[in-house]
Amino acid sequence: MIDAENGGAFSRLKSAVGSIGIPTWIIAGLWAIVLSAGYYKGISVETLLSDTIRRVGMNGVLVLAMVPAIQSGTGPNFALPIGISCGLFALITAIEFDYTGASWLIMSILFSIPIAGVVGYLYGKLLNAVKGSEMTIATYTGFSIVAFMCLIWLVVPFSHPNMGWFMGEGLRETIQLDAIKGANVLNNFAIFNIGGEVVIPTSDDEKGQTFVITEIEKKTTTINIKEVEIPEVKGGGITPTFYIGDIKLPTVIGGKGIRIIKTDSTELPAVRRGITIPTGLLLVFAFFSVLVWLFFRSKAGIAISAGGLNPRFAQAAGLNIDRSRVWANILSTMLGAIGIIIYSQSYGYAQLYQAPMMMAFPAVAAILIGGATASRAKISHVVIGVILFQGLLTTALPVTNALFEGTDLSEIARMVIQNGVILFALTQVKRGG
Amino acid sequence: MMLGEENKVDFSSKGIMPWIVDNLVTIIFVVFVLWGFSVSKDIKTYFFLSELCNRIFRNSFLVLSLIIPVLAGLGLNFGIVIGAMSGQAAILLVRYFDIGGMGGFLLCFVIAFFFAAICGYFTGKLYNKTRGQEMIASLIVGFFANGIYQFIFLFVVGAVLIVPATHPMIKPDGVGIRMTVDLKTAEEGGLKYALENIYKIPFIQAILIIAVVILIMMVIVYYLNVKNGQAHKNRPISFCFNAVLCIAAAVFSIHVMSVTPKLFNTVYDLNIVAGSLNEKADIEEITSKLKAIVSELNTEAERADEAMAPKFKAVVSDITSKVIPNLDKPNMQRGVLNLIGSSATKLNNVAIERSPNALVANIAQVTTVPVITGVFIIALCIFTMLIMKTKLGQDFRSVGQNQHIAEVSGINVDRTRIIATMISIVLAAWGQLIFLQSVGTLNTYGAHLQIGMFSVAALLVGGASTSKASVKNAIFGVILFNAMFIISPEIGKSLFDQAMLGEYFRSFMVYGVIGAALGIYVWKDIKKSKLDVE
Amino acid sequence: MSDTLLRFSNVTKNYYGNIVLENINFEVHAGEIHALIGENGAGKSTLMNILFGMPVIHSTGGYDGDVIINGEKTLIKSPFEAMDAGIGMVHQEFMLIPGFTITENIKINREITTPNIVSGVLGKRLETLDMIKMDADARKALDTLDMGIEEYTMVAGLPVGHKQFIEIAREIDKTGIKILVFDEPTAVLTESEAQNLLAAVRRLAKLGIGIVFISHRLDEIMDVADRVTVLRDGQHVATKDVKDTDVVEIAQLMIGRKVTLSRVQSDKRKISDEVMLSVKNLHVAMPGEMVRGIDLEVRKGEIIGIGGLAGQGKLGIANGITGTYLATGKVIFNGKPLPLNSPRSTIEAGIAFVSEDRKGVGLLLDESIELNIAFTAMQIHDKFLSNFFGYKVRNDHEIRKHAERMIKDIDIRCNSPMQNTGSLSGGNQQKVCVARALTQNPQFLFVSEPTRGIDIGAKKLILDLLLKLNEEYGMTIVMTSSELAELRSICDKIVIICGGAVEGVLMPEASDAEFGLMMSGSRAHVRGNDK
Repeated sequence: MIDAENGGAFSRLKSAVGSIGIPTWIIAGLWAIVLSAGYYKGISVETLLSDTIRRVGMNGVLVLAMVPAIQSGTGPNFALPIGISCGLFALITAIEFDYTGASWLIMSILFSIPIAGVVGYLYGKLLNAVKGSEMTIATYTGFSIVAFMCLIWLVVPFSHPNMGWFMGEGLRETIQLDAIKGANVLNNFAIFNIGGEVVIPTSDDEKGQTFVITEIEKKTTTINIKEVEIPEVKGGGITPTFYIGDIKLPTVIGGKGIRIIKTDSTELPAVRRGITIPTGLLLVFAFFSVLVWLFFRSKAGIAISAGGLNPRFAQAAGLNIDRSRVWANILSTMLGAIGIIIYSQSYGYAQLYQAPMMMAFPAVAAILIGGATASRAKISHVVIGVILFQGLLTTALPVTNALFEGTDLSEIARMVIQNGVILFALTQVKRGG
Repeated sequence: MMLGEENKVDFSSKGIMPWIVDNLVTIIFVVFVLWGFSVSKDIKTYFFLSELCNRIFRNSFLVLSLIIPVLAGLGLNFGIVIGAMSGQAAILLVRYFDIGGMGGFLLCFVIAFFFAAICGYFTGKLYNKTRGQEMIASLIVGFFANGIYQFIFLFVVGAVLIVPATHPMIKPDGVGIRMTVDLKTAEEGGLKYALENIYKIPFIQAILIIAVVILIMMVIVYYLNVKNGQAHKNRPISFCFNAVLCIAAAVFSIHVMSVTPKLFNTVYDLNIVAGSLNEKADIEEITSKLKAIVSELNTEAERADEAMAPKFKAVVSDITSKVIPNLDKPNMQRGVLNLIGSSATKLNNVAIERSPNALVANIAQVTTVPVITGVFIIALCIFTMLIMKTKLGQDFRSVGQNQHIAEVSGINVDRTRIIATMISIVLAAWGQLIFLQSVGTLNTYGAHLQIGMFSVAALLVGGASTSKASVKNAIFGVILFNAMFIISPEIGKSLFDQAMLGEYFRSFMVYGVIGAALGIYVWKDIKKSKLDVE
Repeated sequence: MSDTLLRFSNVTKNYYGNIVLENINFEVHAGEIHALIGENGAGKSTLMNILFGMPVIHSTGGYDGDVIINGEKTLIKSPFEAMDAGIGMVHQEFMLIPGFTITENIKINREITTPNIVSGVLGKRLETLDMIKMDADARKALDTLDMGIEEYTMVAGLPVGHKQFIEIAREIDKTGIKILVFDEPTAVLTESEAQNLLAAVRRLAKLGIGIVFISHRLDEIMDVADRVTVLRDGQHVATKDVKDTDVVEIAQLMIGRKVTLSRVQSDKRKISDEVMLSVKNLHVAMPGEMVRGIDLEVRKGEIIGIGGLAGQGKLGIANGITGTYLATGKVIFNGKPLPLNSPRSTIEAGIAFVSEDRKGVGLLLDESIELNIAFTAMQIHDKFLSNFFGYKVRNDHEIRKHAERMIKDIDIRCNSPMQNTGSLSGGNQQKVCVARALTQNPQFLFVSEPTRGIDIGAKKLILDLLLKLNEEYGMTIVMTSSELAELRSICDKIVIICGGAVEGVLMPEASDAEFGLMMSGSRAHVRGNDK
């Protein structure tokens, strides 16, 4: 006891480091290796980090959906496709009602909550009937629901032109959210850029002219700049507008954002993309994280955690664990539904039919990588896990491509890591309980 | 007030309701298939039976490989995909070195055995570490192994093991195996139909043989039980029922054979000739076969009435004047084949007209049955039944029923479970070989993916559960499940005019069956373990 | 009776310096039924663990003294060596596979096999089972026990008595069985089944098998045994010929007078006549501790002790009333009926329960001390919560303040209130449990096995704490314990439970023999003799 007091900060640090699990170390190490390999291969680390940040925001809420399920003792929510299906249904309903842009997003989320609530309630009831084998049953329930939803997508009498097949009945496999101005609604909210730089050939007599740049030096970027408008600015000087993809970049001369360097060269411009921060997306992820964190500090949340940690303790304390478990799964299903809406707007497409089938596994793997176990999870596990896992995957794609030309090892890496991590967690599950 | 034990016994003999609950999945499927038959107007009986027959011979082995882990308490082994991958690895290796025919196929068996045994050992170790969660672990380990498999065949082959980019199996850039690999027919030195084409018999003959074999086996077992003083094992009522069923099947098949027009045999012979026609074929032998067919047709023509006779004569003149003279000309082969085909169709139509009823005509047109594959499947059935009668099999059952008691009694539980897993995975590897030689092309990165799900679903449909499975469940399940598989799109087509609907419904059934069967099982288990006051 | 099959000679065993068996000496002759008796924790099971070479003995440093089998000093290192040496055990909980036939159960892992073609190549494990021979063997064993049931019957659904016989059949089927241990064989049997079993035991003894008969039913021992050895607190108290002794003497030997915790009584206590808790016909389905119809009355201000041997149902009472296990019956608390099977309404009524299963039910081991203490009060009485936009969120400040007070008040030794309870010692864990119960402000407290697994110093502290609660706050307490001494030290009266029912009520000052007889359910028998 005295030791602990004297050791103070150091021992606390030591125990903090010691509490980080093996999978977390391995994935963090791998990511560092791949990232530095990319750096030496000349791939823009900034691009890799930008993509990572975007993917973190995109997947974050889906991973967050694991927390209530794990805390309540039903194990990682392998039935995430149920929540996802609810979200997708809400999303297309909002399209059908002709909402577009931000209002589409808000309405989608609003629709998804009651749907996911009802479905989550039923799913929670189901899990209570099969205590002890929740993970297996959840997986197949998820699969069955996806297969069932395939039927629904085919027969649902929605007729919005942006969703149907060009011929025949039923909805399209992928619905472009561009068409309803839904793509990147959150990503683009207060989006900004750190350390971006464009070197552009221009001289005074070319004021106001529009350059169409189709090809940019390969090594420095992976993005296309479609157009560069250079409008005239009062008092001389140039304030061009730049697009990355379809994102309009805020341009500040000599400040944050894109820096324009005047040059007389007639060669094509070089672009350093910098690190793009999709503020809206990250804020939403943060908002839901805080919400879940708060929930688990509330009376109901503490009851759920206790029920998961030690059901007999909770029961003896007068709690209704079955009800707790149902609540937890309602919450998880809702987060899954909201998660897929956020995911889809960032992805640009809503993927129906078979696409949600396997979506639970990356989310499960992410939270496990973050340090959660099949019976204990925290918000910090979500954040760490989603950063490491998505970071590694986004980085692995271009880097392995550059290292071994033409082969895409990142998909293989995803399969091995994702399932390896889940298997590792399964070996740690205590029997009975 | 001993409420616990006694009541449980009554439960099973309480009446019809519990029986329905116990067999719910099977009943739903039977009803669904029958209903499907009645609503889908377009489906031809012979098409359905041919498809069903093909699928049964392809899939039975895989489904049978699931039985032993169930009995050993490991639940449904979705990990058989690892076996399937081992089988594919063996086929790729053998195909790479271009070893074909029956010899090549047997070599595949040997190589697959070693691959699968090694993988099975590690899979078994994993199952021991994930005790109580084997089923989800087996699913995930399948995904995991798929990653490794892709790593090896998409990347290691080519990037680490240098292979010639010109090899037909290798992708043009020299790294990785192609998406699909043609296995080439056995005659060309490949593996396609290596097992299947050795010996085939008509469908109806197969029915007769199977019925008779089952009947004989049943009688022998019955007799042996009586002789060894184990008469209590005999179930006279079900024995009689099954015997009557077998006899009925035999009588029916003999009847059908006797009323089937002989002309169908001629059609069959013609098709065989067409099948054997390739560059290396023995022209003289084919010519003599064709001449025999012509003489048969001539006698038919003489016997036929005036309306029919010209049809026969037309076919005869086609064969004698256009086919036989052109057999040795390579550039004419396609035309010759077409001509034989159209002749066969014509004769077939005549044969259908002559059939006493539609059923006979349909059965006569069902595809032929690969005998050797059938022998393999039956051998595996017998193997599964026999191994359960050995010490090892008894250990499987002991471990499966109660690991703790088995351990206390001195059985090495971990080792027994590993052996069960290894057997299952090796059998699955062989099953995949049988499957692939029947398909003829290897979809390198896709052929194994659905194997686990479909096989498990089939077993469950046959009435098995996570702790109880038998050869009967497997065979019945394969038949019923594949019937559903064929009929489902037909229902979609005829009721909703959308085949897709049927296909989605089909996959819903697959996952739903697994989910429901597992759920019902767990639910029952929980209910059973509920305590009551004394 | 000179034919000594088994002899314990000066057998001593300690676990980490804690002596649990000391100088045990007795022998079992061929054809003798030797009863072994003692309270829970007297050392019977440790002795049997030594005899069967259980790993728990060898992983903790073995034992001293000798076990002599057939005149030879033998060191048995595993249960399988015990089997080879001809020692068998009939377990209290059945080691039977319900889905197997009787034959299969009798022959488990000792199946008779015949070689076949495959086994010649791949080894013995692939030899075919010889069901005919196995059935014949099983038949023979069943016949020895005079059991008419067919050997191919499924075990599932057989009555308990039959299962016990199958266990015995399995043991006698083992070749060369010389010594057979029965561990509380009649505990789960009905009267007539027990009679059958005793008859079978006698028959086996006649075959020349030496029998060790562990039981707490004194009349049964008088009935069947030739000699009886009494153990108490790891000591060998006596070995006597049954004909030379009687139930009263054995009971007295069994209980003895232990290291007594001095009985403290103060005059501050107020016991009113008002009945606070009244229990009628309580049945509880607690596995291993079934309660089969109990009536009980507790007056306000009393400390009632509930005693009895393990497995008799004493633990089921508190668990049943507070709703942790399924219960039926009628409970009236403070004049109002108390709904059963609802822990919440029990807590709301003002009853707190400190469970005997500290780690399983009593604590969240992975959570902090402060949360453990505050938990129930927070969940049931809405304490320690603050309002956050209409949402009830935990109030860390209040929780901390309360935990710190509790830690001081009842002296929980810990680093900080944030420490996980899993890292505390047993005594401190128990105090956390008590602290949580107190935080509920109960009028009535159930405490089960409050000193189990706690060292002697901490024991005293816990008992003093309970006494203090009773004196200062007038809290009514029902304490369930296996340790008679501790019940006698603080309780006003002690209810003895046997066979799931109240056997009788004793004052703390009652004699050892009275306690002993009552705990082993032999009181009625003695009374009968007195008449």
